[in-house]
Amino acid sequence: MTGLSVALVVLAAVGMTLGDAAVPLSGILDTVLGRADVLTQFVIVELRLPRLLTALVVGAALGLSGALFQSIVRNPLASPDIIGITQSASAAGVLGVVVLGISGLALTGLVLAGSLVAAVAIYLLAWRGGVAGYRLVLIGIGVAALCMSVVSWVLTTSDVRDAQAALVWITGSLARSDWSTLNPLLVCFAVLVPLTAYLAPWLRSLELGDDAAAALGIRVERSRLLLILVAVGLAGSAVAVVGPVAFVALVAAPIARRTLGDGRLALVPAALVGSLLVLGSDLVAQFAIPDVTLPVGVVTGIVGAPYLLWLLVRTNRSGRGG
Amino acid sequence: MTDHPETSGGAPEASDAVGHPGDGRTARAGATGTRTAGTHTLAADHVSLAYDERRVVEDLSLTVAAGKITSIVGSNGCGKSTLLRGLARLLKPVGGAVLLDGEDIRSMPTKQVATTLGLLPQSPVAPDGITVADLVGRGRYPHQGWFRRWTADDDEAVADALASTGTLDLAERSVDELSGGQRQRVWIAMALAQRTDLLLLDEPTTFLDIAHQIDVLDLLVDLNESRGTTVVMVLHDLDMACRYSDRLVAMRDGRVHAEGAPGDVVDAQMVREVFGLDSLVVPDPITGTPTLVPMGRHHRG
Repeated sequence: MTGLSVALVVLAAVGMTLGDAAVPLSGILDTVLGRADVLTQFVIVELRLPRLLTALVVGAALGLSGALFQSIVRNPLASPDIIGITQSASAAGVLGVVVLGISGLALTGLVLAGSLVAAVAIYLLAWRGGVAGYRLVLIGIGVAALCMSVVSWVLTTSDVRDAQAALVWITGSLARSDWSTLNPLLVCFAVLVPLTAYLAPWLRSLELGDDAAAALGIRVERSRLLLILVAVGLAGSAVAVVGPVAFVALVAAPIARRTLGDGRLALVPAALVGSLLVLGSDLVAQFAIPDVTLPVGVVTGIVGAPYLLWLLVRTNRSGRGG
Repeated sequence: MTDHPETSGGAPEASDAVGHPGDGRTARAGATGTRTAGTHTLAADHVSLAYDERRVVEDLSLTVAAGKITSIVGSNGCGKSTLLRGLARLLKPVGGAVLLDGEDIRSMPTKQVATTLGLLPQSPVAPDGITVADLVGRGRYPHQGWFRRWTADDDEAVADALASTGTLDLAERSVDELSGGQRQRVWIAMALAQRTDLLLLDEPTTFLDIAHQIDVLDLLVDLNESRGTTVVMVLHDLDMACRYSDRLVAMRDGRVHAEGAPGDVVDAQMVREVFGLDSLVVPDPITGTPTLVPMGRHHRG
């Protein structure tokens, strides 16, 4: 975990120096100490810091959300970007951007509401005297398809320029990050992270199966629903700000667990890995190809899609995964 | 209701805890004197249990003998696992109540119940790659508060649970790598770390080979004798149930068909009524407890 933190700090520092106006590492130090020149100060504080922080917070939120979902449902496929949470957030977001023409806090609220509604719908549809892993995943995939068709419908029936803006948004992009988009995210994060820490002991018991958890004194369905709502809030607020950054939620927790090398409930490492992924992918998206800036979601997709395929192949072969 | 005189009435009482010298578990009769009796009582009071609309257990009353080992036996689908789940408050009765120390178990805070009553379910899930120590440590949840997370007490309970199940040297191993028998010991250790006076187990020997079955059952007797833990388990194997329990509860069609010391309860007629099987019941040459010699269509002696 120390390794992950160090990697994150190094990557963040490197990221701060890169850009149209090159700023040396000493310039960052100067800015921190308040003795940098006005231009450097502006570039660092107004342009790069919000983008950096957004990447960190979005990554952490997605990583945490994925880890929560995968543990609650006890299925590695159960991440918000597979089971329809991200997609419903996209649908709400695209409706908000294109049809209602809203942005900022209002958009965040709408996207959050959209993902919560979808989550409740998935939960109720999957309910049969309790919620089981595979049923929830399959119904989630159905809801995801439904939401994506809403997105397609809105995009094809809307004005080309609106559609263009919405399209960038649904690929997941940090390009528009500034302090005004970051603040609502920080508020959500500040509420949901302590809540996650508070609920984590339930999760450690829920991981052992419904009966074992109930025997340990957990109110299974109530705690599962609460944990799902927290996980949806984390994913929804991240998506609301930067759009659906693909696959980060899916891969963060497994990578964290593999890094640690044991089966501990690894929420903090999953958040760190999420941050690393989004930050690293964003740097690649901005600077890997000269003169071409990609949306960050394209890069995370390139990393995440092969993992998803590998997961499906492995799950199929060994009959594991739920 | 049934034709067997041993079927118990409804009121919770611990009078059966005295035991029946000579007629069951004779192999361990010498140990009974040193045992501390369990202090908590568990009883089903006219309990009916159902999945959706299907009633599985009907108006069942049973008092679990404190400080004893009780096995619930019966054919597939007779409701024995359902009864165990009901006793462990995992299933809400559609009628009647489960009483823990005379109080309706569903009116008590579930986390508080978990400090008295432990359950090892039939198929618990070990998260991928989890270590033995981590898994066993999760049994401490009921004893932890939001601000009092992990203490020396927890360490001691976990070490104790590992030691008494003989899994101390596996502590840092991953549960995935263990054999079936070792894994079952680890799960029992998890339930032990919960430090409950009552321990319920749903078919703890399923999927184990015969040596590991004996191993697990011996372990349960150890616990019962050294700590006075009241053990209630669902067992498939009637011979094992007879050998390892003080009390037997035979179920048929969601009701208690017969209840009592194995030597009093098990005979050829009871086996025919409960399992629908013709058999010869003979004394186990080692323990003297009843042993089943099944007949079939091809082997009638």
